[in-house]
Amino acid sequence: MSDAPIAVAMSGGVDSSTVAAILHAEGIPIVGLTMQLWNQRRLAGAPGMGESRTGRCCSLDDVHDARRVAERLGIPYYVVNYEERFERDVVRTFVDQYLAGRTPIPCSLCNTAVKFDQLLITARQIGAEKVATGHYARVRVNSDTGVYELWRGVDEGKDQTFFLWGLTQEQLSRAVFPLGEMRKPAVRARATELGLAVADKPDSNEICFVPGNDYAAFLKAYAAEQGMPLPDTSGELVTGDGRSLGSHGGIHRFTVGQRKGLGLATQPGGGGTALYVINIDAATRQVRVGEEAELHARELTGSDCHWISGEPAGAAVRVEARIRNRHVPAPAWAEPLAGRRLRVCFDEPQRAVTPGQSVVLYQGEKVLGGAWIDSRA
Amino acid sequence: MGPLPPLVRPRRASLSQARDRAIIGEMAVASMVRAYFDNNANTPVLPEILEDMLPALQGAVGNASSIHQLGQAAKAAVEQARAAVAELIGASPTEVVFTSGGTESDNLAIRGVVGEWRRRNASAPLPHLITSKIEHHAVLNVFEDLERAGYPVTYLPVNDGGRVGPAELAAALRPDTALISVMMANNETGVVQPVEELGAIARAAKVAFHVDAVQAVGRTPVRVKEIGSDLLSLSGHKIHASMGIGALYVGRRTQLRAQQLGGHHERDRRAGTENVPGIMSLGAAAKLAQANGAAEAARLAELRDRMEAGLVAAIPDCGVVGAGQPRVANTSNMYFDGIEGEALVIALDLHGFCVSTGAACSSGAIEPSHVLLAMGMSRRRARSCLRFSLGRQNTADEVERLLQTLPGLVERLRRLAPADASALVRSA
Repeated sequence: MSDAPIAVAMSGGVDSSTVAAILHAEGIPIVGLTMQLWNQRRLAGAPGMGESRTGRCCSLDDVHDARRVAERLGIPYYVVNYEERFERDVVRTFVDQYLAGRTPIPCSLCNTAVKFDQLLITARQIGAEKVATGHYARVRVNSDTGVYELWRGVDEGKDQTFFLWGLTQEQLSRAVFPLGEMRKPAVRARATELGLAVADKPDSNEICFVPGNDYAAFLKAYAAEQGMPLPDTSGELVTGDGRSLGSHGGIHRFTVGQRKGLGLATQPGGGGTALYVINIDAATRQVRVGEEAELHARELTGSDCHWISGEPAGAAVRVEARIRNRHVPAPAWAEPLAGRRLRVCFDEPQRAVTPGQSVVLYQGEKVLGGAWIDSRA
Repeated sequence: MGPLPPLVRPRRASLSQARDRAIIGEMAVASMVRAYFDNNANTPVLPEILEDMLPALQGAVGNASSIHQLGQAAKAAVEQARAAVAELIGASPTEVVFTSGGTESDNLAIRGVVGEWRRRNASAPLPHLITSKIEHHAVLNVFEDLERAGYPVTYLPVNDGGRVGPAELAAALRPDTALISVMMANNETGVVQPVEELGAIARAAKVAFHVDAVQAVGRTPVRVKEIGSDLLSLSGHKIHASMGIGALYVGRRTQLRAQQLGGHHERDRRAGTENVPGIMSLGAAAKLAQANGAAEAARLAELRDRMEAGLVAAIPDCGVVGAGQPRVANTSNMYFDGIEGEALVIALDLHGFCVSTGAACSSGAIEPSHVLLAMGMSRRRARSCLRFSLGRQNTADEVERLLQTLPGLVERLRRLAPADASALVRSA
């Protein structure tokens, strides 16, 4: 289909709005789609969930903003409802992971299971062949192998490849990232130049369905709504040598590297050194704390390893590995193991390797792949 | 690292091409000639009706309550329209109350009857109320609100053809039942309810009977005396009058408490300055329906039958909801197994056809239609349903174009749909 339109995933924010405006200005036929993923009214009013439904993903305000951009551009625009899919594949997984003592990344799940799956399906069903988004990332075709490769966006501060490593070749081949070559200030300038009302809209950084990033309150409200009491994950805070420092209210309240909110007035022994969460054991419900030095680890193992830009040739690959969105990728060896598992061995110990997060492998600007972190070694 | 491989760039179209292409790609041509098959959501104001109402918008009339001649002109126009609406439904003009539309008529009928009953029986326990599971939300949500306030409410089931059974109504009646409300033609399926039989039961039990006839008036004969209804709702924008106008028939002996207070408009039953242009358009639409509604219904039935037969013949695993039941001529609800109705509505829109999934109000909501579920349909099939609703402006040519377009779209949707959505979830 030579003249097949491109579907633009429009969130109502400045990035995706500018994508729509840029493609439109280039004369490319587009259709705007806004995903309705979560009904903000569902948990409104529950403790910690707030009453306001504005200013968040899928709020009426965001849909209104996206619609206004579409109107201004004169493009066909629709809101598509994926609430059921989003709840099953993203929200439920998010809840399960927290209760298992992990720290999940719903945005990655949303990209692979919703944005580049369900939305791409709808886009193709209605006649489009590709989906464009406001991600800061680039897709290139390797001219030697014909393999689609994921590359970091040129704006290092905004690069979003950390959340995209799970895409398949099929998904990558149908992804369009016009902002991958741009820096954020240029995007805002372009939005202003194109007269978009959202040009000055602030970036959203919180998880779209968790107001104020209060996970514990969300888990409680969601479990209550589902009529299933939260399993009791309370237990003990312990030191490295197994000494109990007291009790805690549930493992889902902790994440590796966390310092605040441990409920510990002083460091045992009175040294005054700060304590951090080192490890969360879902089976014993023990949260192990220790000094900052203990947070560092040289090795990690992951599962569901995926080589986004093609399988590696050798047994171990020289990479720069990133373990958090804003973590500076660190030199390491990545070794594929049986059963799609992965071992990453860093040259220097890295702080706060966190189960549930991703490890994403780079070679320079190219993304090689990633995996879900299971444990530090 | 070797030299950078080339960037993947979307294919570039020239600007002049883009200008020619108002909408997208090859769909642009189709979109120039739009076929509107969503007349249960709204009907276009017909030119002759617009002509009737225009003077009222251009200063030819004043406020119908004013003493001066322009006020008198407004009053005369309103009363003329009232007579036309009354004649269309077999009522007398004093029994017609103008409202802002179907939703207000339904609210006024239900709350008005219940409110008056309470005023007269202030010390009695809250009375029992009866409605059906397939009502429009303008009725359903009012009953649910009353239920939350403590009123016992019975929601009558329907059979798999989408009809309320008179026996079920008779069984649900209680000595303290104060109101029965059942629609005449369902907005999603077009299935016509046995309102005469229901009305006879209500009359025998001396219980007030409200009929939401928003999708029936103008499309099938509606005679309030034959139905035996005490109240009956109708709406202008479903019969080619303007939006924002409707009416409620209130039988001479029906006890109704006004829900909106102010001046002495509409014989103290509905305060507020009359929407004179709207009322004039409703009067004109009523006259038009009176004059040739039957012939138009016959024409639409023929178009609908052609459409349904053509689609069923061309598309496997599709069918007509409520087939074989009495239906208003203009409405067709069809299922297309294996697809999401929402995506098909978008695909059709991009090809120049306006249709809807079920009721307009429930589009975008995650729940499949309560009407289809009440008929015993699976959630999966209910989500595949599309509603085609015809109107006076639709032509046989438009139906033929739909028959040429829809089978290909359904085929594409099915081909690209996940066989089982859960199989697509990555282990991630």
